Amino acid sequence: MMSVRIIVVLAVLTGVTGSPNVMIKPEADMSAHPNSVPETVEETEIFGQQNVPVLVGEEAEEDVMATGELNPNHYPAQRAAKVVQHYLNTRYGSPYRLFGLQRVNSGNAEDVADSGRKYQLEVTVQEIIGNTTEKCSAEVLFPRGERQGSAQVQASSWEELLKNDTEAQEEALYQEYKMNQSLVTAQNLPDSYGHIEPDMKPLWHLGFVASSFVMLNESTENTLYNMAQVANVTQLPTENDQLKFDYHILLHEMVSQEIIHWKLLFTWSPPEGVKVLQMEQLPHCHHCEKPPNTN
Amino acid sequence: KYHPMPEISNWMVQMAKDHPDVVSIVEYGQTYEKRVIKLLKIGVNTGEKKKAIWMDCGIHAREWIAPAFCQYFVRQILEAYKTDSKMGEMMKNIDFYVTPVLNVDGYIYSWTNETTRLWRKNRSPGTSSCNCYGTDLNRNFNANWGTIGVESDCCSNIYCGTQAVSEPEAQAVTYFVGSRREDFLCFLTIHSYGQLLLVPYGHPNSTAPNYKELMDVGLAAADAIRKVHGKSYTVGTSPAVLYPNSGSSRDWARMQGIPLAYTFELRDDGTFGFELPEDQIKPTCEEAYSGALHIITYAHDKAFNGAVATAAAALWTTLLAVLWLS
Repeated sequence: MMSVRIIVVLAVLTGVTGSPNVMIKPEADMSAHPNSVPETVEETEIFGQQNVPVLVGEEAEEDVMATGELNPNHYPAQRAAKVVQHYLNTRYGSPYRLFGLQRVNSGNAEDVADSGRKYQLEVTVQEIIGNTTEKCSAEVLFPRGERQGSAQVQASSWEELLKNDTEAQEEALYQEYKMNQSLVTAQNLPDSYGHIEPDMKPLWHLGFVASSFVMLNESTENTLYNMAQVANVTQLPTENDQLKFDYHILLHEMVSQEIIHWKLLFTWSPPEGVKVLQMEQLPHCHHCEKPPNTN
Repeated sequence: KYHPMPEISNWMVQMAKDHPDVVSIVEYGQTYEKRVIKLLKIGVNTGEKKKAIWMDCGIHAREWIAPAFCQYFVRQILEAYKTDSKMGEMMKNIDFYVTPVLNVDGYIYSWTNETTRLWRKNRSPGTSSCNCYGTDLNRNFNANWGTIGVESDCCSNIYCGTQAVSEPEAQAVTYFVGSRREDFLCFLTIHSYGQLLLVPYGHPNSTAPNYKELMDVGLAAADAIRKVHGKSYTVGTSPAVLYPNSGSSRDWARMQGIPLAYTFELRDDGTFGFELPEDQIKPTCEEAYSGALHIITYAHDKAFNGAVATAAAALWTTLLAVLWLS
């Protein structure tokens, strides 16, 4: 009897002292967490390794293209949803109305034979200036194969996005710039500290809208664009009752981490919205740099 | 407010002066342009070898909110440890190694004028065949170096360098952390923008052995972040949430055996991007502090309270066993 008891005691002691890690558990309730969406198959594969991760050669990220239901927080849905943001800004953006992507609620992707890849998305969009949010459904088609070209977007429930009334402000701005004695110029919106003078904000907003045309045009499944800065604004003489602007904008492309310079010539008026006349990518002169102190 | 390098350096000296019992400056490397890379070592001096937490900011020059956060973090823990018993306990058990600006040359360059503000890399010169400056320090570490998410063109913003750890800034971290790797409980590297908490690894086919733990702790940290100002931070591996990459400091740290390695991508979501308005500095720092503290507390408790609980359980078991057997 004694030997059995000793064995039991030893077993219990071993169990208790075996692994200190068993005692500690993170406190949060995982099930309630909005970000804890079930992983899609490719992420849950575990290769049995200890300290050294197992590599399977140099595979480009595009090889395992997610199809079917997408994890809304992962990059495929996020990149497609960003394109929806650019689209909404080109269609409905103004100096007093700007859209940001707040959240992807759900997403689905499928290959469309001979056309490309189609994403269906449910997103929550934020109107940045009025700080309102709205849910929206959209479809994004990234063309492939012979049919090149930019992404095609369709959005529904967009009418709700226009509920903030911006007419009066837009008209006031339009009149102010039309009647100005001297044509407006501005640089560095925002500046290095993220600051924009209040009366320059509408110019920044206009830049956001105009650059969305470029970003919409340039976006693929392998890019994520944001406008980094309006480097320069030059107002040109009003033509046909349209205010006219020449903008030099800097775009940030997330995947390559590059800053890309574009020149944009566009017009704006409240009834017509932003109409881009010319857009031109500027080469960034890497070789123009001088070191601060050369020895 | 954002502070230029000389102000940050002076502030570091001031911190060490104001808190000589817990703060010291450690010089642990040199940049390409021969500037000294320094960190603040913060912790109660027990005379013994202690476990440690690593935090670095400003590995990418244009991510100005990151050095601002490191400064905020240091100020917070110094304020808390005198009044908050948990922080007091942690200061006794662990040392915090905080590098406010790792890529000193790049950071200084980004302050030169408006045209340099969006510089990312360090300032090492190009090669004989390639006429551009800078290597992306977060692609230069010896962690699957040069395999994915990089460019070999030295003009690219994700240029990984001539070889793994070719850059003096990466060498500094590699040597300092590497020679103490058993001591480090967690490795946090601070970036912007994107509102993300990234866990190892950057290669889509590699999974960290403690992936579940990394995700659980990360998700809890994101919860803590959201409670502060309502901002959502997405948690996941780089290849899942953002893009694949190799040679990152986070991956290298995990491969050294440091169990909790995270990349923080602070505000915002792209509206202002790198040029985050100064009125968002404080709220961003507050929420990030909450998240970082969660991870640090978990790492600390795992190393310290776990042992205490186990010892107590073992003691009780022994006691009861003795009674039962007699």
